[in-house]
Amino acid sequence: MNAEQILFIVFGGISLVGAVSVISFRHPIYSALALIVTFFAQAGLFVLLGAHFVAAAQVIVYAGAIMVLFLFVIMLLNLGTLSASGSIVGKLKGVAIVLGLLLAAEGIYIAVNALNETAVASAQPTAAPVTTYQIGELLFSKYLLPFEVTSLILLAALIGVIVLVKRDGPDTD
Amino acid sequence: MGLEYYLILSALLFTTGVIGVLIRRNAIIIFMCIELMLNAANLAFVAISRHLGETTGQVFVFFVMTVAAAEVAIGLAIIVSVFKHRQTVNVDEVNSLKG
Repeated sequence: MNAEQILFIVFGGISLVGAVSVISFRHPIYSALALIVTFFAQAGLFVLLGAHFVAAAQVIVYAGAIMVLFLFVIMLLNLGTLSASGSIVGKLKGVAIVLGLLLAAEGIYIAVNALNETAVASAQPTAAPVTTYQIGELLFSKYLLPFEVTSLILLAALIGVIVLVKRDGPDTD
Repeated sequence: MGLEYYLILSALLFTTGVIGVLIRRNAIIIFMCIELMLNAANLAFVAISRHLGETTGQVFVFFVMTVAAAEVAIGLAIIVSVFKHRQTVNVDEVNSLKG
């Protein structure tokens, strides 16, 4: 077993345990912390795949910005635990888990088998890491239009958030 | 490590997110599960990008991250305003569009 396999098992295991913790902790704060652990483990997986810049962006954007937003809202609303008892979901939890496992089996089946028949299987894996230069070059030439559209998405999100949380009527403060 | 191991891990992470959306009633945790699913897709993108020796997959990860950031901002704003009206984030109790 070489170093890459050991690191894959370690990071993959941590991210899976973190993901299961996200959906099993009762308090949202613990779920958020488990999600941060998952994001860090996935950043490790990105480094293993030679995607160093994506790993850095994962830590900065996801574990940094997005999770701070989550924690901020959880603490702002001061949410306690919600009991699932009495709701229809409480009774159908087993069904949901069985259907989920079915979905996982389908995903694994596709990952193992269907790839053999496509061009993906015939490609030669490359070990060279992708540099930031390559990503930037592609982003500002071939994908320039999608890149500009994402700025519009962010602008729309910004305006939408302001409209959503704006206080109605004249401000009394 | 072969591509299929990364894809299997990605499928498992995605499924965890799906199960979370199905069994949890807290709107904020449902949002976290959506983030999990987006991240699983990112992992598949990067793994296939490495396998094919292409940079394109990593460029798409950035688009996914941008969309995720916008989605989280909007979604949390909606949750905050729902909480202001209803004093709850339980999606079972928030079941009508009319405020």
